Amino acid sequence: MPVAIEAQGLSKSYRIGELQAGYGTVRESLVHATRRLLGREHRHHHEEIWALKDVSFEVEKGEVLGVIGRNGAGKSTLLKLLTRITTPTEGRAEIRGRVGSLLEVGTGFHPELTGRENAYLNGSILGMKRREITRKLPDIIEFAGIETFMDTPVKRYSSGMHVRLAFSVAAHLEPEILLVDEVLAVGDAEFQKRCLGRMEDLGESGRTVLFVSHNMQAISQLCDRAILLDHGHVVREGSSGEVVAQYLQTVGGTGSSRTWTDLASAPGDDLVRLRSVRVVDDNGALIDAADVRQPLGIEVAFAVLRDGDPVLPKIKVYDSRGEVAFNAMDTSSRWDRPSAPGDYTATAWIPGNLLNEGLASVDVGVCSLGAPKLRPHAGCNDAVSFHVQDPGEGDSARGLFTGQWKGVVRPLLEWTTEERESLTSGPPRRQRV
Amino acid sequence: MTDTEVQVGDLVEPRPEEALETEQRVDRVTVIRPSPRRPHLDVPELWHYRELLGRFVWRDIKVRYKQTFLGVAWALLVPIFSAVVYVVVFGKFANFPAGNVPYAELVLSGLLVMQYFTSSLTGSGVSLVTNMALVTKVYFPRALLPLASAIVPAVDFALGLCVLLPLMAYYGSWPDGPEVILAPLFLGLAFVTALGAGFLLSAVNVRYRDVPHMLPAFLPILPLLSGVPYAVQEIPEKWQWILAFNPMTAVISGWRWAVLGAGAPDWGQVAVGVAVAIALFVGGLAVFRSSEPRFADTI
Repeated sequence: MPVAIEAQGLSKSYRIGELQAGYGTVRESLVHATRRLLGREHRHHHEEIWALKDVSFEVEKGEVLGVIGRNGAGKSTLLKLLTRITTPTEGRAEIRGRVGSLLEVGTGFHPELTGRENAYLNGSILGMKRREITRKLPDIIEFAGIETFMDTPVKRYSSGMHVRLAFSVAAHLEPEILLVDEVLAVGDAEFQKRCLGRMEDLGESGRTVLFVSHNMQAISQLCDRAILLDHGHVVREGSSGEVVAQYLQTVGGTGSSRTWTDLASAPGDDLVRLRSVRVVDDNGALIDAADVRQPLGIEVAFAVLRDGDPVLPKIKVYDSRGEVAFNAMDTSSRWDRPSAPGDYTATAWIPGNLLNEGLASVDVGVCSLGAPKLRPHAGCNDAVSFHVQDPGEGDSARGLFTGQWKGVVRPLLEWTTEERESLTSGPPRRQRV
Repeated sequence: MTDTEVQVGDLVEPRPEEALETEQRVDRVTVIRPSPRRPHLDVPELWHYRELLGRFVWRDIKVRYKQTFLGVAWALLVPIFSAVVYVVVFGKFANFPAGNVPYAELVLSGLLVMQYFTSSLTGSGVSLVTNMALVTKVYFPRALLPLASAIVPAVDFALGLCVLLPLMAYYGSWPDGPEVILAPLFLGLAFVTALGAGFLLSAVNVRYRDVPHMLPAFLPILPLLSGVPYAVQEIPEKWQWILAFNPMTAVISGWRWAVLGAGAPDWGQVAVGVAVAIALFVGGLAVFRSSEPRFADTI
């Protein structure tokens, strides 16, 4: 198979100072320069970090390659290099064929220009020739479904119309190679879904696609192969199933269980020390990934070493972006009195249909109640992590929807609907014609 | 919303007739590599993107007078108004020397060129930041943006000529002879100067947003340093040579000579102006091209 994208040792470094202060005033620069001249400031703020280091891969013509990795792993940088928005510091890549990207939908729309004018402008920016746009314009208009508004300035469009026109222009670019960044392909749910649908069709029609996503389900479904980026390096390359599995295991850095064999060095004080923390399913079996619909347990084993204050176990659960999803502690009366020295295993049961998809991490602790704060005796931050996954069978909160589903929690709510006859439709029980 | 429902499959069905469209279908190889150490202007690439350049120019012209009441009339009103002020202040009260040309004509001809220059310089100086969304999202030669901004004000200039020509008819002063064919060259010198400075300023503005604050401080005195309200040949020669380092002095006196039949400029001074303009262009371009790879990272 001919190769469509070939990357060899692609690397990109940023100076940290540049990232922190994107731009300053001339004065600030002069101040820094003067300080450096006087020897009062060292050049340490020009330290370089590698957003991407020595990345090599090949994508064959007609292949759909997924790129996954944590935030900051270098995925967006890779796309920026391949679309030539920025240049690599080292290495090279060759792309054979016409490139289109879905990370620039609607880029360059001018609010004062009409829909038609913007179609030409946007098309030119994406690399289409005027003749080509003129020829495709009827299709573009039809696809966007905004025939009557083509001569209205875009500033009067609703955001939905805006996105439809933008997507329609991008969709008619007919690239041989498509670069897609899910994170940047902003838009409503409908649009996200259309992007995914389009990707699938593109893959089937023999176009080459490079797909960057956090949506593991989409990756395993759409991609033949995938690469896993971590700290700017390719750490795994293979079939998308394998790579996704590894990502789910390693991401977060902590596994779903942790054990301290030596009680003396385990987290804790002279009253309580941790023994182990595990993520378990409802049978008590260790799991890495949990079905979003199923309950799971956080099992905290600890030892009480002597008689003392009453203690109780608590957990704190974070979502993949580091937001606190919730705090929980065991408020049952069994912890009201001091616990006798010995080993305890407490399990917090997190119900199904509560956490959203993604990686959750857990802090655990054993504390005594005290005002105004809880007094921790033994604790471990980021003790375990686990993945919440949705198999997409339609009986979770997202139903059959496949796009991005925001929120820290994702409860499956009970809905009630009342239907009333409209007042204008005449007396009850009569059908409108 | 069924009327807007679209089938994703529609757009991906490969159409056989398009496979034959050789222009886009030849195997285009894009090579991505570190930016070259020695910056140069990639003319073949600019040529390849000429249609996008035209599109940028078209866009800026289209939106220039959108949602204004007087619209394109502003292109005539601004030079007329400025010329009236100049004639009253500098011509009547200050009695600036006009040489062999009617003062109103001298001022208006100078103002039109000057306004072209300031608009070009201001537009191209902020062009990258104005188009930040494009710079960070899609690739094209960045030089297109200052280039387009330096071309757009030519439309206002052309409209301004519609004020100058009746004035020339009124005074009956027509170009003396064949030198009128040199007029475009002097305008070209203004373009090169504006673009050179525009390259420099737009690259600087990516990192330091001081440019839009700096220009209004500097641009109002520029007409006085370029001979807009007086004929350069009429002032002491020592000062003429100092002003010669400003390329716009050569542009304005040369333009007046070619079009109004004013006294010929000192060719030595013109040569100095041209040399400065070329140096500015080469230097500005070098700065622009060498910082271009980092535009998207720093903007």
